[in-house]
Amino acid sequence: MAIDGAFWIVLTGSLAAASCALLGTFLVLRKMSLLGDALSHAVLPGIAVAFLFSDSRAIVPMFIGAALCGLLTTLLVEAFHRRWNVQEDASIGIVFTALFALGVVLVTAYAGQVDLDQECVLYGEIAYTPWDILIWNGRDIGPRPVWILATVFVLNLLFISLLYKELKIASFDPAMAMAVGVNATLVHYLLMGMVSLTTVASFESVGAILVVAMFIVPGAAAYLWSDRLQVMLMLAAVFGVTSAWGGYWAAGIWDSSIAGAMVVVVGAIFLVSLLFSPNQGVIARLWQRARLSLQVAEDHMLLALVRRAEVEDGYRFSRDELLKAASVSRGVSRWALRALRRSGLVVRDGQEWALAPGGRQKALRLLRNHRLWETYLSDLGLPEDRVHGPADAVEHFIGRQLAAELDAEVGRPTDPQGKRIPQSED
Amino acid sequence: MLDNALRFLSLADANVRFVLLGSLLIGATGGMLGSFAVLRRRSLLGDALAHAALPGVALAYLATGSKALPVLLVGATLAGIVGVLAIQFITQFTRIKADSAIGIVLSVFFGIGIVLLTHIQRSGGGNQSGLDKFLFGQAASMVGDDLVVMTSLTAIIMLAVLAFYKEFKALIFDPGFLSALGFSARRVDALLMGLIVLTVMVGLQAVGVVLIAAMLITPAVAARFWSERLGTMVVVSTVFGGVAGAVGTFISSLAPRIPTGPVMVLVATFFFVVSAICAPRRGALARWRRHRQNAAREQRHHFLRAHVELSDKERRGIFASSSLAAELGWKASRVERLGRKLARQGYVRRSGGRWELTEKGFEEGVFIVKSHRLWEHYLYHRSILDADHVDRPADEVEHLLTPEIIAHLEQIVAEERGINPDQVVNIHGTLSHYRKGGRE
Repeated sequence: MAIDGAFWIVLTGSLAAASCALLGTFLVLRKMSLLGDALSHAVLPGIAVAFLFSDSRAIVPMFIGAALCGLLTTLLVEAFHRRWNVQEDASIGIVFTALFALGVVLVTAYAGQVDLDQECVLYGEIAYTPWDILIWNGRDIGPRPVWILATVFVLNLLFISLLYKELKIASFDPAMAMAVGVNATLVHYLLMGMVSLTTVASFESVGAILVVAMFIVPGAAAYLWSDRLQVMLMLAAVFGVTSAWGGYWAAGIWDSSIAGAMVVVVGAIFLVSLLFSPNQGVIARLWQRARLSLQVAEDHMLLALVRRAEVEDGYRFSRDELLKAASVSRGVSRWALRALRRSGLVVRDGQEWALAPGGRQKALRLLRNHRLWETYLSDLGLPEDRVHGPADAVEHFIGRQLAAELDAEVGRPTDPQGKRIPQSED
Repeated sequence: MLDNALRFLSLADANVRFVLLGSLLIGATGGMLGSFAVLRRRSLLGDALAHAALPGVALAYLATGSKALPVLLVGATLAGIVGVLAIQFITQFTRIKADSAIGIVLSVFFGIGIVLLTHIQRSGGGNQSGLDKFLFGQAASMVGDDLVVMTSLTAIIMLAVLAFYKEFKALIFDPGFLSALGFSARRVDALLMGLIVLTVMVGLQAVGVVLIAAMLITPAVAARFWSERLGTMVVVSTVFGGVAGAVGTFISSLAPRIPTGPVMVLVATFFFVVSAICAPRRGALARWRRHRQNAAREQRHHFLRAHVELSDKERRGIFASSSLAAELGWKASRVERLGRKLARQGYVRRSGGRWELTEKGFEEGVFIVKSHRLWEHYLYHRSILDADHVDRPADEVEHLLTPEIIAHLEQIVAEERGINPDQVVNIHGTLSHYRKGGRE
């Protein structure tokens, strides 16, 4: 054989993973992940029965059997949910466990006749791919699973590119889809049909679990990185293929199932996305949150300083006094004070802190925002003792434009306690 | 096979007794907790939990080298809890929805489990056998010690459910009430979750991680068909689960190669199918019968109303099928068939090839005409619809109006329009003395 066995295994895994990932992106967006999960289990009895009747791994009976099971699952879940008022996830749970159980019983009961076993059902036999050769015109044209999966992959590409607009609109806005005449039900059943087809093609090589993982995980990971469907689809496919390569490599190191290792790798990709994605990621979120609380702390300190300056010009705070007046915690205060001093808003004099001339303008603007909002809320009818809290929360986000509008709306120079609202400097 | 069955049923073998009792208890706790899980809309969480437990089982074995059930269950429980927390974290921290989060955790944890399991298999020689039983379950692998662990755990779970029944009930139907009673809904929820985790773990060995979710969902949904009351539902579900466990174990003992889990699930599914078809009120048969009765009543109403309206117009009480057909806009043959059916039921009688209403038929016909006209009045005078558009809705509603609603409508029409309820004027202008004038 001219080409290495490893190449065929990785190619099989990549084709299966990419097909699943492309369709899975739509499943994730349409909140149908669990239906994908259910389908990938439920096709088993169809495959088993096809094996029994055709006595071989003939692809056509397998596709027919699995497609029928897929259709049956979709219809039954719909029927139990809509006609019998069973909750959707409960009806998914009932249907797929029943069909999967039936499949496992068939596979084990006819273990002699069916060339499948329990383990294969769960995690496939991708390692045997290079030996499952397709002979055509007496010539060895490569492993059979590769041919099957390549066909399915091309079909998936065609399906998505031909129905791209319909899929997109039905996924993001079903009501709009209906309004512009896209048959959302037809799109739904076509998608389910493609999911069944892809499941069957991948099942033999990579088993039920890898199929589930590849449907859901790459799409969900891509969803963390991008808002654009095209980008999501490409990322999902890349994640799928990467996990096929990585999984083969890792399985060699760990001496374990290749399909299982592929799932672990795609899980790792998801974890990385969960941590590092620029908008949705945990670290980005934490960073945003930290920056926000830093800004709030800075603003509150400036406010405490300027309020005191109203009463007693040139007053100098000790650090503890300032923290108490601004109700800022000690941890944040170090960073906040350092940032304030660096930007020249406050000055430090020994152990004492005061407003710098440059900080006064910003502090007055904050105070103006705060008091404008208090006055505005109180004009709306909120009791006076309830307006401080909301104003404390909102003051940081009021821009010049909004402040001017509030000023016009309020129309007087004092807040509900009779304190002067500082006027805008421009 | 017959030998197997007899040996099993005689219960002579102590191990058979263990296994049977164990699977009965497992099924019963699954059914019991499943009722709460399903009603709390947590159906598929059990699935995620069970799949997530697999790496825990493998890691516990790798860490201790022991295959003792308590050790493996501790590992499974910890991994299951990590899985549930991961689902919560993903849904709370990102825009990924619960269904995807469940799918992610379920498949990735299971993948890790498979990697560990195959690793153990290939490195440890034949020593791994026993762990792969956790995939599809093998009740026969339970021995005396396991049963002690299992019985005590199921006893704890069932006692906890009995003790906190009221709190769980409030949690499902009215969490606000629960906090009003001074309980923290979060804590009660956490307790329920904890019990569900325990239930799944207890069942792992017999049912397997892949299918144990069904032992939570299927008996509970089947029981839901039989009752509107939580207490009854829990009892029925517990019985379904227990029987499914025991019968499933029995069937799979006939052919030892077949794992227990799938058979139990199929038995539970059988209960579900029977319930969905046969349950009174909510079952398919009952609903089909109700539907047929409604359709038949509607047809009868059309016939009787046409007859009364015609009597009103033409001042006589006997009509041929053809004239009724003209009034109804039907084919004469259809009127003929329906007339014969109604004659058998005593609503009409045949006289000289034409149809005449009996006392019973007349009374119902008058009631329907009145319903129809009152509804027309109501729609028209409340300016809900124009005079031209009130006939159709009245056609649809007339079958559904009860005597109480009629009385209320009569009052409204009398008060607002000063119309004597006995002489409801058709808004198209016909005056009707249908109480007396309809018959000759």
